[in-house]
Amino acid sequence: MTALRAPNPGAVADLAAGRRARLRRRRVVIVVLFLIVAGALAVALMVGQTFYSPAEVIDVLAGRDVAGASFTVGRLRLPRAVLAVVTGVCFGIGGVTFQTLLRNPLASPDIIGISSGASAAAAFAIIVLDLSGAQVSLFAIVAGIGVAMTIYLLSFRDGVVGTRLVLIGIGIAAMLDAVTAFLLEKAPQWQLQEAMRWLTGSLNGASWADVAPVAVAAAVFGPLLASQARGLALLRLGDDAASALGVRTERTRLVTIAAAVGLIAFATAAAGPIAFVAFLSGPIAVRLAGPHGSPFAPSALVGVVLVLVADLVGQFAFDTRYPVGVITGALGAPYLVYLIIRVNRTGGSL
Amino acid sequence: MTTTSARAGRRWTRWAWLAAVVAALVICAGASVAIGSRHVSWDEIAAGLSGSTDGLGTAAVAKRVLRTILAILVGLALGLAGAVMQGVTRNPLADPGILGVNMGASLAVVTGIAWFGLWTYTAFIWVAIAGAGITAVFVYIVGSLGKGGATPLKLALAGAVTSAAAASFISAIVLPRADIADDVRSWQVGGVGGANIDAIAQVAPFLVVGVVICLVSAQSLNALALGDEAAASLGERVFVARAFASLGAVLLCGAATAVAGPIAFVGLIVPHICRLLIGVDHRWLVPFSALAGAILVTASDTVGRVVARPDEIDVGILTAILGAPVLIGIVRRTRIREL
Amino acid sequence: MTAAHNLMAAGLRLGYRDLVVIDGLDLTIPPGRLTAIVGANACGKSTLLRAMSRLLKPQAGQVLLDGRPVRRIPPKELARTLGLLPQSPIAPDGITVADLVGRGRNPHRRALSRWSRRDDEAVAAALEATRTLDLADRTVDQLSGGQRQRVWMAMALAQETDLLLLDEPTTFLDVAHQIEILDLLVELNRDRGTTVVMVLHDLNLAARYADHLVAIADGRVHSAGSPADVLTPATVRAVFGIDSQVIADPISGRPLMLPIGRHHPRPD
Repeated sequence: MTALRAPNPGAVADLAAGRRARLRRRRVVIVVLFLIVAGALAVALMVGQTFYSPAEVIDVLAGRDVAGASFTVGRLRLPRAVLAVVTGVCFGIGGVTFQTLLRNPLASPDIIGISSGASAAAAFAIIVLDLSGAQVSLFAIVAGIGVAMTIYLLSFRDGVVGTRLVLIGIGIAAMLDAVTAFLLEKAPQWQLQEAMRWLTGSLNGASWADVAPVAVAAAVFGPLLASQARGLALLRLGDDAASALGVRTERTRLVTIAAAVGLIAFATAAAGPIAFVAFLSGPIAVRLAGPHGSPFAPSALVGVVLVLVADLVGQFAFDTRYPVGVITGALGAPYLVYLIIRVNRTGGSL
Repeated sequence: MTTTSARAGRRWTRWAWLAAVVAALVICAGASVAIGSRHVSWDEIAAGLSGSTDGLGTAAVAKRVLRTILAILVGLALGLAGAVMQGVTRNPLADPGILGVNMGASLAVVTGIAWFGLWTYTAFIWVAIAGAGITAVFVYIVGSLGKGGATPLKLALAGAVTSAAAASFISAIVLPRADIADDVRSWQVGGVGGANIDAIAQVAPFLVVGVVICLVSAQSLNALALGDEAAASLGERVFVARAFASLGAVLLCGAATAVAGPIAFVGLIVPHICRLLIGVDHRWLVPFSALAGAILVTASDTVGRVVARPDEIDVGILTAILGAPVLIGIVRRTRIREL
Repeated sequence: MTAAHNLMAAGLRLGYRDLVVIDGLDLTIPPGRLTAIVGANACGKSTLLRAMSRLLKPQAGQVLLDGRPVRRIPPKELARTLGLLPQSPIAPDGITVADLVGRGRNPHRRALSRWSRRDDEAVAAALEATRTLDLADRTVDQLSGGQRQRVWMAMALAQETDLLLLDEPTTFLDVAHQIEILDLLVELNRDRGTTVVMVLHDLNLAARYADHLVAIADGRVHSAGSPADVLTPATVRAVFGIDSQVIADPISGRPLMLPIGRHHPRPD
């Protein structure tokens, strides 16, 4: 092994200090986001048509029987809040994976058609095949993965160029959105509410049965993605440089895409394509935590904050109860436009 | 001389294609009148065409005639707008749908319906044109920021993002308003099924102005195709020419969207196919795209009436499903590098 | 210090799909020396370098490192022995010089290991060697072209490999920065015994700096050996298709090629 001339010890200490300083901001941001999530969770469990005190909520969580609260908090608010947390994590991590891999913050699963595929399949399953529950989820998941594979194969020509993949994804998304629109137009009134979820994303009527599959998916794919974090960071140097540093590029790419698609598809199956959460979490997280260190943890937390807070806003801030996707959509749109302006101006990625 | 004879051959080919396209349009229009979810006899068609509306069959024919006229007008407008937009932006992916212009027009119309109680076609048209114009300018500015100007990728992404943003505003507006949800929903998917003589009469003047502007601009689009600097050195006032042509395209998109809802991909596919047939001279390409657009929309509308009988598939849905593969084909053929 | 590693290619055929660029190429890299690969545009120099560092799978033949086919060596293990600086690596936005150079430590880190003092030392040494230590906390997008290239070199040095392959390390640099980079490679070779293989555009710089020159033409090695043996008017004719005169470089004594164009007198 060729070691160079031994470095000046002072230089080594400076380097180590600089590295720690860069990561300090990220650590602080993570802690603050954690606190926000905890606060939002507490509000989500206490507030509603009836207010329950923290003591009552804690009693319910501890499994004690509290009149009224056991049902409202334990059966209605808790599954909804947990679903918000889990889908937030899935969308946040899944989105930032795509953005990093394709070196383009606009290349998130909701723009390149993966969420559209899951939605169209779900709408088809509900309206045409008259299915419900787990079967609908299965349809959404299979379709999400199928669409991702189709886009990947269609954009493969002497390797996948990110640009081509994004443009083809936009085309596929337009086609699938047309299919969903057609299905919704034909939907009988009583199925419309259920089907609308697949257009905007909603946590209404969330139950433990909705939470279970997506929680399992998060538990499987999340760690799998985390194990690839270092390889993913190296892929950002370009394929040649990454493989010169000992990364198996194709395998890393395949594993990360598969895991990210899994996260997105399961989350979409559980709550619909909650607008822009996959798109926004990564860039917001990077803005807050800085470009150093893995973006997974901050993005996951930003995703959770977005879904939880938007759901609270949708439920309580207006006369009408809006589904969460409408809120994230309306809040996200201006940020989105700001983001694309900034990205175009700097020509940069995240 | 070989070059002269080649040119003559080319011109001859173009005239032949022109005849073919006109014939195809006539056939499509005929089919659109004759075919529908209700079978009608030739007598009924003849009666319907001469203006009679007694009897179910003749009434259906009369309605189909209006519908066909509207389909032709909308197709004409979108085909032209697509050709002009691709010329103005020198961008193979420019299309009122992809650039988000249709969604911008929709958002304006939906806002008008929900908050300002608009319900006349004239009001729709003005609002839609304003929405289309603002969106077009916005997307173009956003897409041309930064290195390399308005690259296909940046424009397409700016358009997709703007569309997505407009769509979520639309659902936020419509969702709490059960009273207007149905109206908006059926208008939004895009269709020419609701055609009536009023709508056609209202939209016609806007279309005429738009068509004239686009046809007049064709010559300067040829100069713009060489790049801004070359066009300027050929004596073209680049900014004026571009703004004028864009105005025509925006008028057409806005008016078409106002009467038929957002219809995607017509403006994308049509100019590409026309370019394959007759080449890149905009003096030919622009009018050709108009005719071909009319064919595409009329044919899609007719097919949509037949394939899902007794249901109908709206034109907007059918063109999106037909158009996406074409988009993918274009993207795969084009040598695209990173941003 | 350095172990001598034998890198060689045998019967190599390389290409992309049905386009074959290299066909039937045999090559041995002398250990502990500085080798430059030269040739006309699109002759397959870079392709050859990619194959030698296992980025490209040969259509036929193989590349052997100490007798083992490189495609069979686990990627991380190979990356501890053989480093490659590709022609156009991408610097992620907002990354600092220290972090970028730190990426070079990847082959030495286990899956779950933390960043160690040893890693910091290697990064510091690489920064010092490339005279970029004072840039450590800057972000890469703030640097000039010459600084950036030195930082990429530092990343490859932090990898601490006995063999270093570089694809046109001096393109897009002005002459001062070209000399700076090449001097650095010479120091690396003299002081540490690192085997250096570089693709170079400039024949005269290659002859000036390399111990061993390899000229590629028609998909195979046209000639290989000391610069004095390889850089002759006959080689220049065969490889680049132009006439030339070769004189002794008054500074280094190495051969110096002077091209002869259509408007200049020909040698008799």
